[in-house]
Amino acid sequence: MNSSTPPALRVTGATKRFGAVVALDDVDLDARRGEVLALLGDNGAGKSTLIKSISGVYRLDAGTVELDGTPVDPGSPAAARGLGIETVYQDLALFDNLDSAANFYAGREMTGPKWLPRGLRLVRRRAMVEATSTVLKRLSVGVADIGTAVGLMSGGQRQAVAVARAAAFATNVVILDEPTAALGVRESRQVLDLIIRLRDAGLAVIVVSHAMDHVMEIADRAVVMRRGRTVGELVPRPETRQQIVSLIVGGDG
Amino acid sequence: MTPDTAESDASAAAPPARRRRDLPSVGLAALRIGPALMLVVVILVAATLSPVFFTTRNVGNVLSQSAVIAILAIAQLLVIVTRGIDLSVGSTLALSAVVGAMVFGSVESGPVVILAMLATGAAVGMVNGAVLVWGRLPHPFIMTLAMLSIARGLAFWLSGGQPVSGMPKSVQQIGGGTVGWLPYSAFLVAGLALLAVLLTKMMLWGRWIYAVGGNPDAARRVAIPVNPVLISVYVLSGLAAGVGAVVNAGRLDGGSPTFGELAELDAIAAVVIGGASFHGGRGHVGNALVGALMIGVIRNAMNLLNVDAFLQPIVIGLVIVLAVELDVVRGRLEERLRTIQAAHS
Repeated sequence: MNSSTPPALRVTGATKRFGAVVALDDVDLDARRGEVLALLGDNGAGKSTLIKSISGVYRLDAGTVELDGTPVDPGSPAAARGLGIETVYQDLALFDNLDSAANFYAGREMTGPKWLPRGLRLVRRRAMVEATSTVLKRLSVGVADIGTAVGLMSGGQRQAVAVARAAAFATNVVILDEPTAALGVRESRQVLDLIIRLRDAGLAVIVVSHAMDHVMEIADRAVVMRRGRTVGELVPRPETRQQIVSLIVGGDG
Repeated sequence: MTPDTAESDASAAAPPARRRRDLPSVGLAALRIGPALMLVVVILVAATLSPVFFTTRNVGNVLSQSAVIAILAIAQLLVIVTRGIDLSVGSTLALSAVVGAMVFGSVESGPVVILAMLATGAAVGMVNGAVLVWGRLPHPFIMTLAMLSIARGLAFWLSGGQPVSGMPKSVQQIGGGTVGWLPYSAFLVAGLALLAVLLTKMMLWGRWIYAVGGNPDAARRVAIPVNPVLISVYVLSGLAAGVGAVVNAGRLDGGSPTFGELAELDAIAAVVIGGASFHGGRGHVGNALVGALMIGVIRNAMNLLNVDAFLQPIVIGLVIVLAVELDVVRGRLEERLRTIQAAHS
């Protein structure tokens, strides 16, 4: 990577307090295009707070967020999405009663005509279904029937739909919170392959995960957090695995 | 396992169009129109037991008597789709009718009286929605239960507990007029139902109410205007109570504080019979209409057959349980059929 071009995402001096608790303490983080960055750390290390600050759920008390070198303000989830930052939360934030296309476009539906008040505009269902099935095909996400409510899908399919939704709209960064935590071996495999496809498509991918095997396999770089600070950055390799683990648990690292 | 996969891979190359309409698909389609099928059965039974049932006069009667429940049920469906409930519509109807009748006492204008009734209903709905959302009440049950009491009390207080007689000719026409044997109110119901279908199926607002009911937290996260959507369904529900007041007051030529007693429960029953879920995000306008007609037909048939009036609520109660039980079975079957379908595709 050419170090002179700014990274897709750069967080500098991120600080966040909840009352007396300092959840983030002067954290720096870079995420580059075409790279999977693993964000590691024990529970309460600040990973969640950091990604929620990037994706607009929390507002930083101090620090800056830059996209491609330009300072931005992801002040709300919608603002973050507008900046090309998509997040797949652990709960997936899917609408179980709606089909894949409706889930993809929830909150950003294709509608018209423009002169009507937004709520009364007609939904362009067919266009959304076509665009959705194109994306699902491109990412090789197998969904039996595009009209199926996502609540009737398997855990792996649901995860895949949520990740594909993020991939479809992200132009800069995709953040995945524990993408394989609820999945079996085969379903995890599919989601990991999907993450690699997102990376190869030129997105900056940030993965929060406790599954060391998965991190070792897909991450190009790992940042470890502890007690609201970043305590190390490593390239995951078999020989660095022990080092990463001891950084996470807070040994002599 | 392996031969199966090989086979489906081979058939994937062949045109798959034929397989789409296999038994599971047909089964699913049949399940989806379950409530309508049930209504057909009820109608056939009623027609078999009573020769009078299918006379034009009686059909007109059924439609006219179901009109108010149907109007309330259409709006109640919108509320229930958002995981809400509106218990206040019966009382709101009475309040609107009383206000309309009192307005008629000083302004003898059809449009003004109608507008007064609609505005009263919408205003009550606005209060329900606003207090629910901005007062952060834990559940709409509470706000609308309180309003059930408040609106009924207001209706009695304003009218001094007495019916206020007199309605403009136009209102009488809407409530009691007919085209041939078809009551005007049936056209009104059909029009409102079409409007509701347009809203829910084709317009963005309809997407929003299903999204809000399906996952309110996610809806907020994707910047769907959750609070305005919630307020809007209660305003529409109140407005529907106002429309119900126009029909009811028109039919009886006046407004009474006792109008619409337990009408909210009929409306909720109609929605539930139509297969909507209290967990939100599921239900169709057409099925709510079917539920309302089902209640109307059953009541009418029992009247024709001289069934003891005390037995009627028992039968309606049993129908509610039966309908929801069928819906539970439907859900189970649907899941199983989907699995079969997924395995086939």
